Order: sequence, then structure tokens, then C-alpha cells
Amino acid sequence: MTKDFQASKPIYIQIADHLSSQMVRGEMKAGDKLPSVREMAIQSGVNPNTIQRTYSEMERMGIVETKRGQGTFVTENEQVLQALKIRLQTDIIGVFVENMKELGFTQEEMIRGLQQYFRGEQR
Amino acid sequence: MTIQLKNISKRYGKDISLKNVSLTFETGKIYGLLGPNGSGKSTTLKMIAGLVYPDLGQVEVNGEEVTRRISKDVAYLTELDMFYPSFTVGNMIDFYASQFTDFDRNKAEQLMQDMKLDSAKKIKRLSKGNRGRLKLVLALARKAPVLLLDEPFSGLDPMVRDSIVKSLVSYINFDEQTVIIATHEIDEIEPLLDEAIIILNGKIIEQENVEDLREEAGLSVLEWFKSTMAEREGRDHE
Repeated sequence: MTKDFQASKPIYIQIADHLSSQMVRGEMKAGDKLPSVREMAIQSGVNPNTIQRTYSEMERMGIVETKRGQGTFVTENEQVLQALKIRLQTDIIGVFVENMKELGFTQEEMIRGLQQYFRGEQR
Repeated sequence: MTIQLKNISKRYGKDISLKNVSLTFETGKIYGLLGPNGSGKSTTLKMIAGLVYPDLGQVEVNGEEVTRRISKDVAYLTELDMFYPSFTVGNMIDFYASQFTDFDRNKAEQLMQDMKLDSAKKIKRLSKGNRGRLKLVLALARKAPVLLLDEPFSGLDPMVRDSIVKSLVSYINFDEQTVIIATHEIDEIEPLLDEAIIILNGKIIEQENVEDLREEAGLSVLEWFKSTMAEREGRDHE
């Protein structure tokens, strides 16, 4: 993921988003250990201070926990992970709806469009 | 170590290289010194390395005025080729180890492995990319509190650049080192930087925290640099 960062968003948030989607997809599970700050920095080719900020931010959100001397772990609290999943879903829907509105679609048209899309995919 | 430049001015003959420059660099941060060729980047680094003295103002590292002796605390990667062509890579490592007490041979070995450098090879037979890698090995293998890199990417292909970025993250000691990278190749180092400084015609024109720049202005360092330069040019033409 080196260098594939968007300009308009802080890198620490982009890495937090990347880790969050890994958790939602189940690639990282409750209680799993995250790479150390240094490892993560090397993997993603960014400054370790940035990764430190990512971890602090995720800790503040309750998604990860830092255990003294052991490292940073994905929370064991399933409710928090469930909430994270819903938050990511809401974010994506938000972007979709904004884009559709910009093209002038109404709420009904969007729903109808989605239904048609899924029917088409099943065929 | 904290590095301070206080009201520095420097001329070479009639050419003004630096004009009333004041900067502070703190431990544990990576700074990007950005600007076009001839803007004063190299002169700034040389001053911190004690290789050039200011006409006016003071350069201080940890509160002490910089002299040539600062080289014990400052690892400096020059943009120039600075090798004896008849040396092998191994000779060069030995030479560095004999000159700098903080040179860590184990770290040098590891770095050479990472960068796939053969210590028996003559320096004159190395490709440009491998000479660039060797320079970085020599700079990073020192446990110097200050690390200055002048154009570490110049003339290197994208694969080499990538491996250099990874080595920087792997081998910089973020608790103890202050790192300044002078470059006009911003794309490569952007994710490494804490702070970005723009220097133009010997003057510091902007300094920003990289993440704040993204968060508040929605700009990458490269975009910020380009728009700042364009604005300046516009002003000069008025």
C-alpha cells in the first residue's frame, strides 16, 4: 500500500480506514495483535509517528487496545466491531447518495435503481 | 538534538545563497526541505554539517555553535559522489568505521544485505543506483543524532527509490534522531515527512505540518508545493 494515499485525507486516517476494513472483512479478528508501530510503518512506507497517531486514534475510538509491553490488539468487544461495520456501511452509502444527488436522482429513483441493479446481477 | 538556525545569511561572491533564514528542527521528526535547484537547500544542510559557515547569524546544535567538529554528531549524505574509485565497497565501510566512532558495523552489514550490495565489488564498477545505495548505507549505519540527506533519490530509478524509503523507515531511530531531507522529488518522501519547509531564492517561504496540511487544506505536500510556487511566480511577474 506504499504511496497509494489520497491527497485530501490525512495519512493516519487512511491507514486507520484500511485497518478498519480489514477488521470488518474478518481478516483481522477480535483479540488479534496488530503489527508493531515500526512494522506497520515499514509495510506502508510511512513515518512511524503517523502510525502512532493511527493507533492512538483507533484506541480513542475503542477499536483497538494497547496492552503495556505487549502491543496493540483488536478489541474483544464485538459490539464495537459491529458498530464499526455499520459505520463503514453508512460512510459508503453516504458517498453513493451524495453522488446520485449530484446527478439529480431522487430517493425513489435511487432505491428503484438499486433494486433493478440487484435483479440484473442475479440473472 | 535540537538544531537552530538563527537569522542566517550567506553569499557566494555576488550570489545570495541564504537570506535571513531562521529554522528550528526537533528530535524525532523528519523534515523535508523542498525547493527548486539553487534555492539554498544544500547550503542549509552544509551549514548544519559545519562544512560552510554563515556570513551572518548563528547555527546551533543542542545550544552549541556549529564548527567542523560537529561531524561526530551529524551524518551527512552529500548529493555528490564522494568515493575513491579504487576502493571496494568493503574498503569504504572500513574507512567510515575508522573515521566515525558511532559507526555500527552490524547495522552496516544488515543494510548491505537489504540493499544487495557486494562488499568485494569495486566502487568504480557499481551502477549509479548502487552508489546511491552505498551512500545511504554509510549515512544510516552511523548512530548520529542528526541525519542530513541531500537529494538521496537523485538519478535513481523508482525501484531503488522504494527500497530507500523502506530502509529509511527501518533504520532511522525515531527516538533519538533528527532527520532533514533536502529534495525536489517530493512524491517519494511525502509519506515519511512530519514537517515540510519550502525554500526559494534563499528564503524560507512556508513551513507546514504534513498531516495538518491534508486535514485542513486538503492538499498533499506536492500540491501545496506546486500551488505555493505558482503563486510566487505570479507575484514575481506583476
